[in-house]
Amino acid sequence: MTVTSAIALQGKAAVLDGLPEHPAVKAILAWNADALADAKFDRGELTLTIVPEQIRAAAATVQAAGYNFFEDMTAVDWFPSSPRFQLSYHLLSHAYKERLRLRVLVEEASPSVQSIVSVWPAANYYEREVFDLFGIRFDEHPNLRRIMMPDDWQGHPLRKDYPVEGYR
Amino acid sequence: MTEVSGTPILEAPVAEGARDQHMVLNMGPQHPATHGVLRLVIELDGEIVVRLYPEIGYLHTGIEKTCEAKFYQQVVPLTDRVDYLGPMANNLCYCLAVEKLLGLEIPPRAQWIRVLLTELTRLNSHLIWLGTHAMDIGALTVFLYTFREREDILRIFEAVSGQRMMTSYFRIGGLSMEPPLDLFDRIQTFIRTFPEKIDEYSNLLTGNPIFRNRLKGVGYISAFDAVALGVTGPCMRASGIDFDLRRDMPYSGYENFKFNVPISTDGDCWARYEVRLIEMRESIKIIQQALDGMPEGPVKADAPKIVLPDREKMKTQMEALIHHFKIVTEGFAVPAGEVYQGIESAHGQMGYYVVSDGTAKPYRVHMRYPSFATLQALETMCQGRMLADVVAVIGSIDIVLGEIDR
Repeated sequence: MTVTSAIALQGKAAVLDGLPEHPAVKAILAWNADALADAKFDRGELTLTIVPEQIRAAAATVQAAGYNFFEDMTAVDWFPSSPRFQLSYHLLSHAYKERLRLRVLVEEASPSVQSIVSVWPAANYYEREVFDLFGIRFDEHPNLRRIMMPDDWQGHPLRKDYPVEGYR
Repeated sequence: MTEVSGTPILEAPVAEGARDQHMVLNMGPQHPATHGVLRLVIELDGEIVVRLYPEIGYLHTGIEKTCEAKFYQQVVPLTDRVDYLGPMANNLCYCLAVEKLLGLEIPPRAQWIRVLLTELTRLNSHLIWLGTHAMDIGALTVFLYTFREREDILRIFEAVSGQRMMTSYFRIGGLSMEPPLDLFDRIQTFIRTFPEKIDEYSNLLTGNPIFRNRLKGVGYISAFDAVALGVTGPCMRASGIDFDLRRDMPYSGYENFKFNVPISTDGDCWARYEVRLIEMRESIKIIQQALDGMPEGPVKADAPKIVLPDREKMKTQMEALIHHFKIVTEGFAVPAGEVYQGIESAHGQMGYYVVSDGTAKPYRVHMRYPSFATLQALETMCQGRMLADVVAVIGSIDIVLGEIDR
Protein backbone atom coordinates (compact mmCIF):
# COMPACT_ATOMS: atom_id res chain seq x y z
CA MET A 1 0.00 0.00 0.00
CA THR A 2 1.43 3.35 -1.00
CA VAL A 3 0.16 6.75 -0.06
CA THR A 4 1.37 9.96 -1.63
CA SER A 5 3.54 12.02 0.64
CA ALA A 6 1.81 15.31 -0.20
CA ILE A 7 -1.17 14.97 2.12
CA ALA A 8 -0.69 15.84 5.76
CA LEU A 9 -3.32 14.71 8.23
CA GLN A 10 -3.22 16.06 11.73
CA GLY A 11 -5.25 14.55 14.56
CA LYS A 12 -7.01 11.26 15.18
CA ALA A 13 -10.25 12.20 13.41
CA ALA A 14 -8.45 13.38 10.27
CA VAL A 15 -6.39 10.19 10.01
CA LEU A 16 -9.40 7.92 10.63
CA ASP A 17 -11.19 9.90 7.94
CA GLY A 18 -8.34 10.07 5.46
CA LEU A 19 -6.87 6.59 5.81
CA PRO A 20 -9.75 4.31 6.82
CA GLU A 21 -8.34 1.40 4.79
CA HIS A 22 -4.84 1.54 6.22
CA PRO A 23 -4.08 -1.93 7.63
CA ALA A 24 -2.56 -0.66 10.88
CA VAL A 25 -5.37 1.83 11.52
CA LYS A 26 -7.97 -0.85 10.82
CA ALA A 27 -6.27 -3.35 13.09
CA ILE A 28 -5.96 -0.89 15.97
CA LEU A 29 -9.60 0.19 15.65
CA ALA A 30 -10.80 -3.40 15.49
CA TRP A 31 -8.81 -4.21 18.62
CA ASN A 32 -9.40 -1.21 20.86
CA ALA A 33 -10.28 2.23 19.52
CA ASP A 34 -9.72 3.82 22.94
CA ALA A 35 -6.04 2.84 22.94
CA LEU A 36 -5.44 5.21 20.04
CA ALA A 37 -4.88 8.59 21.66
CA ASP A 38 -3.80 10.58 18.63
CA ALA A 39 -2.63 10.13 15.06
CA LYS A 40 -0.95 12.03 12.30
CA PHE A 41 0.12 11.50 8.73
CA ASP A 42 2.99 13.75 7.81
CA ARG A 43 5.66 13.64 5.09
CA GLY A 44 4.43 10.21 4.04
CA GLU A 45 4.82 8.73 7.51
CA LEU A 46 1.96 7.52 9.65
CA THR A 47 2.26 8.05 13.40
CA LEU A 48 -0.16 6.45 15.82
CA THR A 49 -0.04 7.61 19.42
CA ILE A 50 -0.91 4.80 21.80
CA VAL A 51 -1.84 5.19 25.46
CA PRO A 52 1.12 3.97 27.56
CA GLU A 53 -0.72 1.13 29.33
CA GLN A 54 -1.55 -0.52 26.02
CA ILE A 55 1.71 -0.40 24.08
CA ARG A 56 2.51 -4.11 24.34
CA ALA A 57 -0.93 -5.16 23.17
CA ALA A 58 -0.84 -2.52 20.44
CA ALA A 59 2.54 -3.82 19.27
CA ALA A 60 1.16 -7.36 19.13
CA THR A 61 -1.87 -6.08 17.20
CA VAL A 62 0.10 -4.32 14.48
CA GLN A 63 2.49 -7.26 14.32
CA ALA A 64 -0.46 -9.50 13.53
CA ALA A 65 -1.67 -6.91 11.02
CA GLY A 66 1.47 -7.34 8.90
CA TYR A 67 4.00 -5.00 10.45
CA ASN A 68 6.28 -7.91 11.10
CA PHE A 69 9.66 -6.25 11.52
CA PHE A 70 10.82 -4.18 14.48
CA GLU A 71 13.25 -1.70 13.02
CA ASP A 72 14.00 0.90 15.63
CA MET A 73 12.94 2.37 18.92
CA THR A 74 14.11 5.49 20.67
CA ALA A 75 13.01 8.33 22.90
CA VAL A 76 12.77 12.10 22.61
CA ASP A 77 13.03 14.32 25.67
CA TRP A 78 10.63 17.30 25.41
CA PHE A 79 11.90 18.90 28.62
CA PRO A 80 10.44 21.06 30.15
CA SER A 81 7.02 20.32 28.62
CA SER A 82 4.73 17.67 29.98
CA PRO A 83 4.47 14.76 29.32
CA ARG A 84 8.20 14.91 29.10
CA PHE A 85 9.22 11.82 27.13
CA GLN A 86 8.13 10.48 23.80
CA LEU A 87 8.94 6.94 22.71
CA SER A 88 9.00 6.28 18.97
CA TYR A 89 8.75 2.72 17.70
CA HIS A 90 9.51 2.26 14.01
CA LEU A 91 7.98 -0.85 12.56
CA LEU A 92 8.37 -2.15 9.05
CA SER A 93 6.11 -4.33 7.00
CA HIS A 94 7.87 -6.60 4.53
CA ALA A 95 4.55 -7.30 2.83
CA TYR A 96 3.24 -3.73 2.49
CA LYS A 97 6.75 -2.29 2.07
CA GLU A 98 5.81 0.46 4.44
CA ARG A 99 6.76 1.83 7.84
CA LEU A 100 4.64 2.67 10.81
CA ARG A 101 5.52 4.75 13.81
CA LEU A 102 3.96 4.03 17.18
CA ARG A 103 4.33 6.82 19.67
CA VAL A 104 3.94 6.72 23.43
CA LEU A 105 4.05 9.74 25.73
CA VAL A 106 5.56 9.15 29.15
CA GLU A 107 5.31 11.36 32.21
CA GLU A 108 8.42 12.64 33.92
CA ALA A 109 7.72 11.24 37.39
CA SER A 110 9.28 7.74 37.61
CA PRO A 111 8.93 7.11 33.88
CA SER A 112 8.14 3.54 32.97
CA VAL A 113 6.49 1.71 30.09
CA GLN A 114 5.70 -1.89 29.25
CA SER A 115 8.52 -3.73 27.55
CA ILE A 116 7.73 -5.17 24.12
CA VAL A 117 10.57 -7.71 24.17
CA SER A 118 7.97 -10.49 24.42
CA VAL A 119 6.50 -9.31 21.10
CA TRP A 120 9.78 -8.53 19.33
CA PRO A 121 12.95 -9.89 20.95
CA ALA A 122 14.82 -7.36 18.79
CA ALA A 123 13.58 -4.59 21.10
CA ASN A 124 15.88 -5.87 23.85
CA TYR A 125 18.95 -3.74 23.11
CA TYR A 126 16.86 -0.75 22.08
CA GLU A 127 14.97 -0.67 25.36
CA ARG A 128 18.22 -1.05 27.27
CA GLU A 129 19.65 1.87 25.33
CA VAL A 130 16.67 4.09 26.13
CA PHE A 131 16.87 3.02 29.77
CA ASP A 132 20.57 3.83 29.85
CA LEU A 133 20.48 7.17 28.07
CA PHE A 134 17.04 8.50 29.07
CA GLY A 135 16.30 6.72 32.33
CA ILE A 136 12.95 5.30 31.24
CA ARG A 137 12.22 1.93 32.81
CA PHE A 138 10.69 -0.95 30.87
CA ASP A 139 8.52 -3.28 32.94
CA GLU A 140 9.20 -6.98 32.50
CA HIS A 141 12.31 -6.41 30.43
CA PRO A 142 14.48 -9.55 30.81
CA ASN A 143 17.72 -7.69 31.47
CA LEU A 144 17.28 -3.99 32.08
CA ARG A 145 20.88 -2.87 32.55
CA ARG A 146 22.97 -0.05 31.19
CA ILE A 147 24.29 -0.87 27.73
CA MET A 148 26.44 2.08 26.59
CA MET A 149 27.56 3.76 29.81
CA PRO A 150 29.48 2.04 32.62
CA ASP A 151 27.27 0.30 35.19
CA ASP A 152 28.11 2.83 37.91
CA TRP A 153 27.38 5.91 35.80
CA GLN A 154 25.31 8.67 37.33
CA GLY A 155 22.64 10.32 35.21
CA HIS A 156 21.18 9.75 31.76
CA PRO A 157 23.18 11.55 29.07
CA LEU A 158 20.55 12.05 26.36
CA ARG A 159 18.21 13.94 28.66
CA LYS A 160 17.98 17.61 27.75
CA ASP A 161 18.95 18.74 31.25
CA TYR A 162 22.22 16.84 30.98
CA PRO A 163 24.99 19.12 29.61
CA VAL A 164 26.68 18.41 26.29
CA GLU A 165 30.09 19.31 27.66
CA GLY A 166 31.73 20.32 30.92
CA TYR A 167 30.93 19.03 34.38
CA ARG A 168 27.66 17.41 35.22
CA MET B 1 4.28 -13.95 21.54
CA THR B 2 7.46 -14.44 19.59
CA GLU B 3 9.78 -17.11 20.90
CA VAL B 4 13.29 -17.37 19.59
CA SER B 5 14.74 -20.85 19.46
CA GLY B 6 17.38 -21.54 22.07
CA THR B 7 17.72 -19.43 25.16
CA PRO B 8 16.59 -15.88 24.55
CA ILE B 9 19.11 -13.18 25.31
CA LEU B 10 18.99 -12.94 29.05
CA GLU B 11 21.16 -11.74 31.84
CA ALA B 12 24.94 -12.17 31.77
CA PRO B 13 25.99 -15.82 31.70
CA VAL B 14 27.98 -15.51 34.88
CA ALA B 15 27.66 -18.94 36.44
CA GLU B 16 24.60 -19.14 38.63
CA GLY B 17 26.31 -21.31 41.22
CA ALA B 18 24.67 -24.60 40.40
CA ARG B 19 26.18 -25.00 36.97
CA ASP B 20 29.53 -26.36 38.02
CA GLN B 21 31.68 -27.78 35.27
CA HIS B 22 30.96 -24.68 33.18
CA MET B 23 33.69 -22.18 32.49
CA VAL B 24 33.12 -18.47 31.88
CA LEU B 25 35.51 -17.09 29.32
CA ASN B 26 36.10 -13.46 28.62
CA MET B 27 36.82 -12.71 24.96
CA GLY B 28 37.90 -9.15 24.24
CA PRO B 29 37.57 -6.18 24.43
CA GLN B 30 41.07 -6.34 22.99
CA HIS B 31 40.94 -9.34 20.71
CA PRO B 32 41.98 -9.46 17.04
CA ALA B 33 38.91 -11.42 15.96
CA THR B 34 36.27 -9.17 17.50
CA HIS B 35 36.69 -6.45 14.84
CA GLY B 36 36.98 -3.62 17.29
CA VAL B 37 36.35 -3.35 20.98
CA LEU B 38 33.68 -5.95 21.52
CA ARG B 39 33.70 -7.97 24.70
CA LEU B 40 32.01 -11.34 24.77
CA VAL B 41 31.33 -13.18 28.01
CA ILE B 42 31.02 -16.80 26.98
CA GLU B 43 29.83 -19.64 29.18
CA LEU B 44 31.43 -22.85 28.01
CA ASP B 45 30.75 -26.52 28.62
CA GLY B 46 34.10 -27.92 27.56
CA GLU B 47 34.47 -26.39 24.14
CA ILE B 48 30.76 -25.93 23.51
CA VAL B 49 29.17 -22.50 23.84
CA VAL B 50 26.29 -22.67 26.30
CA ARG B 51 25.53 -18.98 26.49
CA LEU B 52 27.09 -15.88 25.09
CA TYR B 53 26.66 -12.30 26.23
CA PRO B 54 28.01 -9.35 24.24
CA GLU B 55 29.17 -6.45 26.40
CA ILE B 56 29.27 -3.27 24.33
CA GLY B 57 29.72 0.44 24.83
CA TYR B 58 33.51 0.68 24.78
CA LEU B 59 33.35 2.98 21.75
CA HIS B 60 30.40 5.04 22.95
CA THR B 61 31.10 8.66 22.10
CA GLY B 62 27.64 10.14 22.62
CA ILE B 63 27.47 11.17 18.98
CA GLU B 64 23.68 11.54 19.14
CA LYS B 65 24.07 14.05 21.97
CA THR B 66 26.74 15.95 20.04
CA CYS B 67 24.38 16.25 17.05
CA GLU B 68 21.88 18.15 19.18
CA ALA B 69 24.44 20.90 19.77
CA LYS B 70 25.35 21.41 16.10
CA PHE B 71 23.68 23.05 13.12
CA TYR B 72 22.09 20.65 10.65
CA GLN B 73 24.94 21.00 8.18
CA GLN B 74 27.57 20.48 10.89
CA VAL B 75 26.20 17.01 11.66
CA VAL B 76 27.29 15.63 8.28
CA PRO B 77 30.98 15.17 9.25
CA LEU B 78 29.89 13.51 12.49
CA THR B 79 27.98 10.85 10.59
CA ASP B 80 31.13 9.80 8.72
CA ARG B 81 32.61 8.55 11.93
CA VAL B 82 29.77 6.26 12.96
CA ASP B 83 30.16 3.45 10.46
CA TYR B 84 33.74 4.28 9.56
CA LEU B 85 33.80 1.73 6.72
CA GLY B 86 30.90 3.29 4.85
CA PRO B 87 31.12 7.07 5.14
CA MET B 88 29.07 7.82 2.02
CA ALA B 89 26.18 5.64 3.17
CA ASN B 90 26.04 7.50 6.51
CA ASN B 91 26.09 10.87 4.74
CA LEU B 92 23.38 9.73 2.36
CA CYS B 93 21.02 8.52 5.07
CA TYR B 94 21.36 11.67 7.16
CA CYS B 95 21.03 14.01 4.17
CA LEU B 96 17.95 12.17 2.89
CA ALA B 97 16.32 12.46 6.30
CA VAL B 98 16.92 16.21 6.57
CA GLU B 99 15.89 16.74 2.95
CA LYS B 100 12.66 14.91 3.72
CA LEU B 101 12.06 17.27 6.63
CA LEU B 102 12.75 20.25 4.39
CA GLY B 103 10.81 18.87 1.44
CA LEU B 104 13.82 19.53 -0.77
CA GLU B 105 14.08 18.24 -4.34
CA ILE B 106 17.51 16.92 -5.28
CA PRO B 107 18.65 17.28 -8.93
CA PRO B 108 18.97 13.96 -10.79
CA ARG B 109 22.71 14.25 -11.36
CA ALA B 110 23.33 14.56 -7.63
CA GLN B 111 21.09 11.56 -6.97
CA TRP B 112 22.93 9.42 -9.50
CA ILE B 113 26.35 10.38 -8.21
CA ARG B 114 25.09 9.55 -4.73
CA VAL B 115 24.00 6.10 -5.89
CA LEU B 116 27.29 5.59 -7.71
CA LEU B 117 29.40 6.47 -4.69
CA THR B 118 27.20 4.63 -2.20
CA GLU B 119 27.63 1.45 -4.20
CA LEU B 120 31.40 2.01 -4.24
CA THR B 121 31.13 2.37 -0.48
CA ARG B 122 29.35 -0.96 -0.32
CA LEU B 123 32.21 -2.55 -2.28
CA ASN B 124 34.68 -0.91 0.08
CA SER B 125 32.89 -2.26 3.13
CA HIS B 126 32.44 -5.75 1.67
CA LEU B 127 36.12 -5.87 0.74
CA ILE B 128 37.13 -5.21 4.33
CA TRP B 129 34.62 -7.79 5.52
CA LEU B 130 35.98 -10.40 3.12
CA GLY B 131 39.60 -9.71 3.97
CA THR B 132 39.17 -9.76 7.72
CA HIS B 133 36.71 -12.64 7.70
CA ALA B 134 39.09 -14.81 5.72
CA MET B 135 41.96 -13.70 7.93
CA ASP B 136 40.06 -14.76 11.05
CA ILE B 137 39.56 -18.20 9.52
CA GLY B 138 43.27 -18.43 8.71
CA ALA B 139 43.37 -17.50 5.02
CA LEU B 140 45.77 -14.57 5.38
CA THR B 141 46.44 -14.02 1.70
CA VAL B 142 42.98 -12.75 0.78
CA PHE B 143 43.39 -9.80 3.10
CA LEU B 144 46.24 -8.45 0.98
CA TYR B 145 44.23 -8.89 -2.21
CA THR B 146 41.12 -7.16 -0.95
CA PHE B 147 43.08 -4.27 0.50
CA ARG B 148 44.72 -3.77 -2.88
CA GLU B 149 41.31 -3.10 -4.44
CA ARG B 150 40.15 -1.14 -1.42
CA GLU B 151 43.07 1.18 -1.99
CA ASP B 152 41.75 1.90 -5.50
CA ILE B 153 38.35 2.80 -4.05
CA LEU B 154 39.92 5.02 -1.39
CA ARG B 155 41.88 6.83 -4.11
CA ILE B 156 38.61 7.48 -5.91
CA PHE B 157 37.13 8.82 -2.68
CA GLU B 158 40.15 11.01 -2.21
CA ALA B 159 39.81 12.38 -5.73
CA VAL B 160 36.16 13.18 -5.21
CA SER B 161 36.20 14.61 -1.72
CA GLY B 162 39.81 15.17 -0.69
CA GLN B 163 39.53 12.53 2.04
CA ARG B 164 40.13 8.81 1.95
CA MET B 165 37.77 7.78 4.70
CA MET B 166 35.88 10.66 6.31
CA THR B 167 34.51 11.98 3.07
CA SER B 168 31.56 14.25 4.05
CA TYR B 169 30.93 14.57 0.34
CA PHE B 170 27.14 14.45 0.38
CA ARG B 171 25.62 17.59 1.79
CA ILE B 172 22.09 18.61 2.61
CA GLY B 173 20.71 19.60 -0.78
CA GLY B 174 23.12 17.67 -2.98
CA LEU B 175 26.88 17.24 -3.14
CA SER B 176 29.62 19.47 -1.84
CA MET B 177 30.92 20.12 -5.36
CA GLU B 178 31.00 18.80 -8.89
CA PRO B 179 33.25 15.70 -9.04
CA PRO B 180 36.61 16.04 -10.86
CA LEU B 181 36.58 15.65 -14.63
CA ASP B 182 38.26 12.27 -14.93
CA LEU B 183 36.37 10.67 -12.04
CA PHE B 184 33.92 8.66 -14.14
CA ASP B 185 36.77 7.34 -16.30
CA ARG B 186 38.63 6.24 -13.20
CA ILE B 187 35.58 4.46 -11.82
CA GLN B 188 35.02 2.86 -15.24
CA THR B 189 38.58 1.57 -15.27
CA PHE B 190 38.13 0.21 -11.77
CA ILE B 191 34.90 -1.66 -12.41
CA ARG B 192 36.16 -3.05 -15.71
CA THR B 193 38.76 -5.09 -13.88
CA PHE B 194 36.91 -5.63 -10.62
CA PRO B 195 34.78 -8.68 -11.59
CA GLU B 196 38.01 -10.57 -12.29
CA LYS B 197 39.22 -9.62 -8.84
CA ILE B 198 36.08 -11.10 -7.31
CA ASP B 199 36.80 -14.29 -9.27
CA GLU B 200 40.26 -14.19 -7.79
CA TYR B 201 38.94 -14.03 -4.20
CA SER B 202 36.46 -16.71 -5.03
CA ASN B 203 39.21 -18.94 -6.42
CA LEU B 204 41.16 -18.52 -3.22
CA LEU B 205 38.24 -19.23 -0.89
CA THR B 206 35.23 -20.98 -2.43
CA GLY B 207 37.07 -24.17 -3.28
CA ASN B 208 39.29 -24.05 -0.22
CA PRO B 209 38.31 -27.08 1.91
CA ILE B 210 39.41 -25.46 5.19
CA PHE B 211 37.42 -22.29 4.55
CA ARG B 212 34.44 -24.35 3.44
CA ASN B 213 34.48 -26.60 6.50
CA ARG B 214 34.82 -23.69 8.86
CA LEU B 215 31.74 -21.95 7.41
CA LYS B 216 29.32 -24.62 6.16
CA GLY B 217 26.55 -25.24 8.65
CA VAL B 218 28.13 -22.88 11.18
CA GLY B 219 26.24 -19.97 12.73
CA TYR B 220 22.83 -21.04 11.51
CA ILE B 221 19.90 -18.70 12.05
CA SER B 222 16.40 -19.36 10.72
CA ALA B 223 14.39 -16.78 8.81
CA PHE B 224 11.96 -16.52 11.71
CA ASP B 225 14.68 -15.86 14.28
CA ALA B 226 16.41 -13.39 11.97
CA VAL B 227 13.26 -11.28 11.70
CA ALA B 228 12.44 -11.61 15.40
CA LEU B 229 15.92 -10.47 16.43
CA GLY B 230 16.09 -7.55 14.01
CA VAL B 231 18.76 -8.97 11.70
CA THR B 232 18.90 -7.08 8.41
CA GLY B 233 20.92 -6.85 5.24
CA PRO B 234 22.97 -9.71 3.81
CA CYS B 235 22.57 -11.76 7.02
CA MET B 236 18.78 -11.62 6.73
CA ARG B 237 18.84 -12.38 3.03
CA ALA B 238 21.14 -15.34 3.65
CA SER B 239 18.37 -16.72 5.88
CA GLY B 240 15.84 -16.52 3.07
CA ILE B 241 14.04 -13.21 3.64
CA ASP B 242 13.74 -11.50 0.27
CA PHE B 243 13.83 -7.85 1.27
CA ASP B 244 16.13 -5.07 0.19
CA LEU B 245 15.30 -1.42 0.80
CA ARG B 246 17.01 -0.41 -2.43
CA ARG B 247 14.53 -2.45 -4.43
CA ASP B 248 11.47 -2.53 -2.18
CA MET B 249 11.39 1.00 -0.78
CA PRO B 250 13.63 2.89 -3.21
CA TYR B 251 15.28 6.14 -2.23
CA SER B 252 17.65 8.54 -4.01
CA GLY B 253 16.60 7.28 -7.44
CA TYR B 254 17.28 3.57 -6.92
CA GLU B 255 14.04 2.81 -8.76
CA ASN B 256 15.90 3.67 -12.00
CA PHE B 257 18.39 0.84 -11.60
CA LYS B 258 18.04 -2.82 -12.42
CA PHE B 259 19.75 -5.33 -10.19
CA ASN B 260 19.11 -8.67 -8.52
CA VAL B 261 18.88 -9.22 -4.81
CA PRO B 262 20.75 -12.41 -3.93
CA ILE B 263 18.98 -14.77 -1.54
CA SER B 264 20.02 -17.96 0.13
CA THR B 265 17.98 -20.18 2.40
CA ASP B 266 20.82 -21.94 4.19
CA GLY B 267 21.18 -19.29 6.91
CA ASP B 268 24.75 -20.25 7.80
CA CYS B 269 28.08 -18.44 7.51
CA TRP B 270 28.64 -19.92 4.09
CA ALA B 271 25.32 -18.52 2.83
CA ARG B 272 26.27 -15.08 4.13
CA TYR B 273 29.62 -15.36 2.35
CA GLU B 274 27.97 -16.29 -0.93
CA VAL B 275 25.28 -13.63 -0.67
CA ARG B 276 27.85 -10.88 -0.12
CA LEU B 277 30.02 -12.05 -3.02
CA ILE B 278 27.02 -11.87 -5.36
CA GLU B 279 26.06 -8.50 -3.87
CA MET B 280 29.45 -7.16 -4.91
CA ARG B 281 28.79 -8.23 -8.49
CA GLU B 282 25.34 -6.63 -8.39
CA SER B 283 26.86 -3.40 -7.09
CA ILE B 284 29.09 -3.31 -10.15
CA LYS B 285 25.99 -3.56 -12.35
CA ILE B 286 24.48 -0.58 -10.56
CA ILE B 287 27.69 1.42 -10.88
CA GLN B 288 27.84 0.61 -14.61
CA GLN B 289 24.24 1.76 -15.10
CA ALA B 290 24.93 4.93 -13.13
CA LEU B 291 27.96 5.71 -15.30
CA ASP B 292 26.12 4.96 -18.55
CA GLY B 293 23.06 7.03 -17.76
CA MET B 294 24.66 9.85 -15.78
CA PRO B 295 22.40 12.90 -16.26
CA GLU B 296 23.79 16.35 -16.83
CA GLY B 297 22.88 19.31 -14.69
CA PRO B 298 23.60 20.85 -11.31
CA VAL B 299 24.72 18.81 -8.31
CA LYS B 300 23.06 21.07 -5.75
CA ALA B 301 19.43 21.85 -5.17
CA ASP B 302 18.19 25.31 -6.04
CA ALA B 303 17.74 26.47 -2.45
CA PRO B 304 20.05 29.41 -1.75
CA LYS B 305 19.05 29.65 1.89
CA ILE B 306 20.05 26.01 2.56
CA VAL B 307 22.80 25.10 0.12
CA LEU B 308 26.11 26.97 0.32
CA PRO B 309 26.78 29.00 -2.86
CA ASP B 310 29.73 28.23 -5.15
CA ARG B 311 32.96 29.94 -4.11
CA GLU B 312 33.04 31.86 -7.36
CA LYS B 313 29.55 33.31 -6.83
CA MET B 314 30.25 33.94 -3.18
CA LYS B 315 33.21 36.13 -4.08
CA THR B 316 31.47 38.11 -6.82
CA GLN B 317 27.80 38.39 -5.88
CA MET B 318 26.43 40.28 -2.93
CA GLU B 319 23.42 38.00 -2.38
CA ALA B 320 25.48 34.83 -2.48
CA LEU B 321 27.84 36.31 0.08
CA ILE B 322 24.93 37.14 2.38
CA HIS B 323 23.51 33.61 2.04
CA HIS B 324 26.91 32.12 2.71
CA PHE B 325 27.36 34.24 5.81
CA LYS B 326 23.88 33.45 7.09
CA ILE B 327 24.19 29.69 6.58
CA VAL B 328 27.59 29.48 8.20
CA THR B 329 26.81 31.67 11.20
CA GLU B 330 23.13 30.95 11.84
CA GLY B 331 22.44 27.72 10.01
CA PHE B 332 19.02 27.29 8.43
CA ALA B 333 15.75 26.64 10.18
CA VAL B 334 14.09 23.31 9.45
CA PRO B 335 10.29 23.03 9.73
CA ALA B 336 9.15 21.20 12.85
CA GLY B 337 8.37 17.53 12.49
CA GLU B 338 9.85 14.07 12.70
CA VAL B 339 11.05 11.78 9.94
CA TYR B 340 12.59 8.35 9.71
CA GLN B 341 14.69 7.61 6.68
CA GLY B 342 16.01 4.12 6.03
CA ILE B 343 18.62 3.04 3.51
CA GLU B 344 20.29 -0.26 2.74
CA SER B 345 23.88 0.08 3.87
CA ALA B 346 26.54 -2.58 3.39
CA HIS B 347 25.64 -4.18 6.74
CA GLY B 348 21.86 -3.91 6.53
CA GLN B 349 19.13 -1.40 7.18
CA MET B 350 20.45 1.90 8.40
CA GLY B 351 18.01 4.53 9.56
CA TYR B 352 18.10 8.11 10.75
CA TYR B 353 15.30 9.45 12.90
CA VAL B 354 15.52 13.23 12.94
CA VAL B 355 13.22 15.37 15.06
CA SER B 356 13.06 19.10 14.41
CA ASP B 357 11.55 21.75 16.64
CA GLY B 358 11.75 24.41 13.95
CA THR B 359 15.19 25.77 14.83
CA ALA B 360 18.55 25.48 13.05
CA LYS B 361 19.76 22.64 15.27
CA PRO B 362 18.27 19.15 15.25
CA TYR B 363 16.23 18.52 18.38
CA ARG B 364 17.06 14.84 18.29
CA VAL B 365 19.03 12.64 15.92
CA HIS B 366 18.75 8.92 16.43
CA MET B 367 20.74 6.50 14.35
CA ARG B 368 19.52 3.01 13.70
CA TYR B 369 22.52 1.01 12.67
CA PRO B 370 22.27 -2.57 11.45
CA SER B 371 25.14 -4.07 13.46
CA PHE B 372 23.51 -3.09 16.76
CA ALA B 373 20.50 -5.30 16.09
CA THR B 374 22.47 -8.03 14.35
CA LEU B 375 24.65 -8.44 17.40
CA GLN B 376 21.59 -9.60 19.34
CA ALA B 377 21.45 -12.65 17.11
CA LEU B 378 25.02 -13.67 17.90
CA GLU B 379 24.00 -15.86 20.83
CA THR B 380 21.38 -17.72 18.79
CA MET B 381 23.95 -18.30 16.05
CA CYS B 382 26.68 -19.57 18.38
CA GLN B 383 24.75 -21.66 20.90
CA GLY B 384 25.69 -25.32 20.90
CA ARG B 385 28.69 -24.74 18.64
CA MET B 386 32.41 -24.87 19.33
CA LEU B 387 34.23 -21.87 20.73
CA ALA B 388 36.32 -21.60 17.56
CA ASP B 389 33.11 -21.12 15.56
CA VAL B 390 32.38 -17.91 17.44
CA VAL B 391 35.26 -16.29 15.55
CA ALA B 392 33.83 -17.45 12.22
CA VAL B 393 30.35 -16.19 13.12
CA ILE B 394 31.57 -12.76 14.23
CA GLY B 395 33.37 -12.43 10.92
CA SER B 396 30.33 -13.50 8.94
CA ILE B 397 27.84 -11.06 10.50
CA ASP B 398 30.19 -8.20 9.56
CA ILE B 399 29.80 -5.90 12.52
CA VAL B 400 31.43 -2.51 12.92
CA LEU B 401 31.77 -1.48 16.54
CA GLY B 402 31.69 2.19 15.68
CA GLU B 403 28.09 1.89 14.60
CA ILE B 404 27.09 -0.36 17.48
CA ASP B 405 28.30 1.97 20.22
CA ARG B 406 27.90 5.31 18.42
